[in-house]
Amino acid sequence: MFYREAGDFKISYNQDNQTFPIRFDRYRYYAVMVFAFAVVPFIINDYWANAIMLPFLIYAIAAIGLNILTGYCGQVSLGTGGFMAVGAYACYKLMTAFPDVSMFIHVLLAGGITALVGVLFGLPSLRIKGFYLAVATLAAQFFLVWLFNRVPWFYNYSASGQINAPERDVFGIIITGPNAPAWATYLFCLVFLAFCALMARNLTRGTIGRKWMAIRDMDIAAEIIGVNPMKAKMTAFAVSSFFVGIAGALFFAVYLGAVEVGEVFNIQKSFLVLFMVIIGGLGSIFGSFAGAAFLVLLPVVLKVVGADMLGWPTDIVAHLQLVIVGALIILFLIMEPHGLAQLWRVAKEKLRLWPFPH
Amino acid sequence: MPESLLYGTEVVLNGLMAGVLYALVALGFVLIYKASGIFNYAQGVMALFAAMTLYGIMVGQVPFAHLINAIFGTHIHNFGWEVPAIIAIVLTVVVMVLFAWLVQQYIFRHLVGQEPIILFMATIGLAYFLEGVADLMWGSEIKALDVGLPQGGSLWIEENTQWLGMGNENFYGFFLDQLDLIATVIAAVLVIALVAFSQYTKQGRAMRAVADDHQAALSVGINLNFIWVLVWSVAGFVALVAGIVWGSKSGVQFSLSLIALKALPVLMLGGFTSIPGAIVGGLIIGVGEKLFEFSIGPLVGGATENWFAYVLALLFLVFRPQGLFGDKIIERV
Repeated sequence: MFYREAGDFKISYNQDNQTFPIRFDRYRYYAVMVFAFAVVPFIINDYWANAIMLPFLIYAIAAIGLNILTGYCGQVSLGTGGFMAVGAYACYKLMTAFPDVSMFIHVLLAGGITALVGVLFGLPSLRIKGFYLAVATLAAQFFLVWLFNRVPWFYNYSASGQINAPERDVFGIIITGPNAPAWATYLFCLVFLAFCALMARNLTRGTIGRKWMAIRDMDIAAEIIGVNPMKAKMTAFAVSSFFVGIAGALFFAVYLGAVEVGEVFNIQKSFLVLFMVIIGGLGSIFGSFAGAAFLVLLPVVLKVVGADMLGWPTDIVAHLQLVIVGALIILFLIMEPHGLAQLWRVAKEKLRLWPFPH
Repeated sequence: MPESLLYGTEVVLNGLMAGVLYALVALGFVLIYKASGIFNYAQGVMALFAAMTLYGIMVGQVPFAHLINAIFGTHIHNFGWEVPAIIAIVLTVVVMVLFAWLVQQYIFRHLVGQEPIILFMATIGLAYFLEGVADLMWGSEIKALDVGLPQGGSLWIEENTQWLGMGNENFYGFFLDQLDLIATVIAAVLVIALVAFSQYTKQGRAMRAVADDHQAALSVGINLNFIWVLVWSVAGFVALVAGIVWGSKSGVQFSLSLIALKALPVLMLGGFTSIPGAIVGGLIIGVGEKLFEFSIGPLVGGATENWFAYVLALLFLVFRPQGLFGDKIIERV
């Protein structure tokens, strides 16, 4: 009744090409944007920002990044944690070296540096495919974490081996360090997420995204119809690492504030982001959001239900969480290999005819 | 012999021993991958689960004691009996076979025909699931597994290699862990047994047929489901052996499941589909990482073992994408 295409006429190419061609989708999108930018900052408090919103926003950026590489270009990467670490350390070095420069620039530069590192570790993908590549990306994961642990220059020779985010501001508002207000950190991350999502959405429906998908579907056939596999794969690695680097920089500078690389950016992080992409849906920007939201909320819900309401010991709740996450992943793969995004697509199909199907 | 050469030799020997252990884990991967095309990330957690189950049965723990206590407010912990190692191992094998059947029945039967990467993700999910179940069942504290394997350095080897030092005061003979020696023997026996099984028995032949071509195997009357359960059971058994060896060496704890990560570069190097590849790859990685840590490690800050194997495998793959012994990758459009 509400969600329909009938009567929604397009009278120019621009209208036909817009991101959300269906009017209802477009209005929903505007409503979400207004709510996220103009309402949430006024009602958010520290608990909501730190427990739910910041991890969600940052993981969503990382998931979009990995989705571009794995979902759109078909190159499975298990090195996300390592690339996030690159972003975090690049941001840290920039923050301490140029204290007066805006954080926006630092985070973007950190993304750029990560993109370079990503291309470097993506080079083997020209020769190695499938599982072999997935395992090869683990080399990036382990090597990078080791590098940041062992070379003191990266953590500015601090005694603890940790990196701590100094206090920095944007337009006079503190956004890193312990004194940053919740709404400012939230908005800062939200701006990056909106930017990344918009960019990813437009890249993936343009020429370059179609090249990625051609490589994903069958690389030899893609080569024959004139897609340069090297360019396509390298750009996928670069763009993906750029997003992942931004996520890493925000994760360190805005969310955690202090990072011990072996603890935070270990292989579990790589798997977590990969799970978000799978549960959300491979090859879908919306899926990255859904997957990130799901896996950020799940532990919180479990903790509230298990530890606070039922009063179970926390270690049992932690183990149950592993069981549930594992079972959910298997269930999703069996019932809906295309993830939450596919559920959403099916729901939209149904909504078109609702409430009078046939 | 000069001193550095002696130490180098000892490092190589120890590397070979470590390599055998890596190969042991890698074997489990190869078996499943060959027969069903599933790259089983859960192999390491299976080893952890098997070792924990073995320990739990041996000391008579009540499964899920923690959970039961939390829900019902009871204080049960032990049955109050102890089971000898041999019987416990047999019971654990039964548990692993049951596990294999469950995995086949409830997970991979529904995923037949899916893309390999989906199957791989499913095994990552399985790894999480199994890890949680293992912790819930037997508790997550570190357990000292003792099934009667000898511990400590081998005196016999130390005494009989002392002459190599040529009167050098600082050389007391090679130090080799007895457990590693036993593990080498076990691994060798296991490999020979597996090869014999797959070459000379009816089920082994069926297993190879399934590995070759699912549909052709199906059409000559081989029961695919049974073969897959069989393969998972064998992999479970291999995991149990690996779990016993590693568990006796450094205790049964979460880090045991990380041996899967050690086995991955071995597989890349040796090729995912080759049993000899797993062994040779394991030895190369074992020796390579010990030698690298011994010679280059001190210069760059140590702990290079974490990544060396991966980088070595990566560089190797760039020149030979299918690994040492893997089937040649032929792509058709």
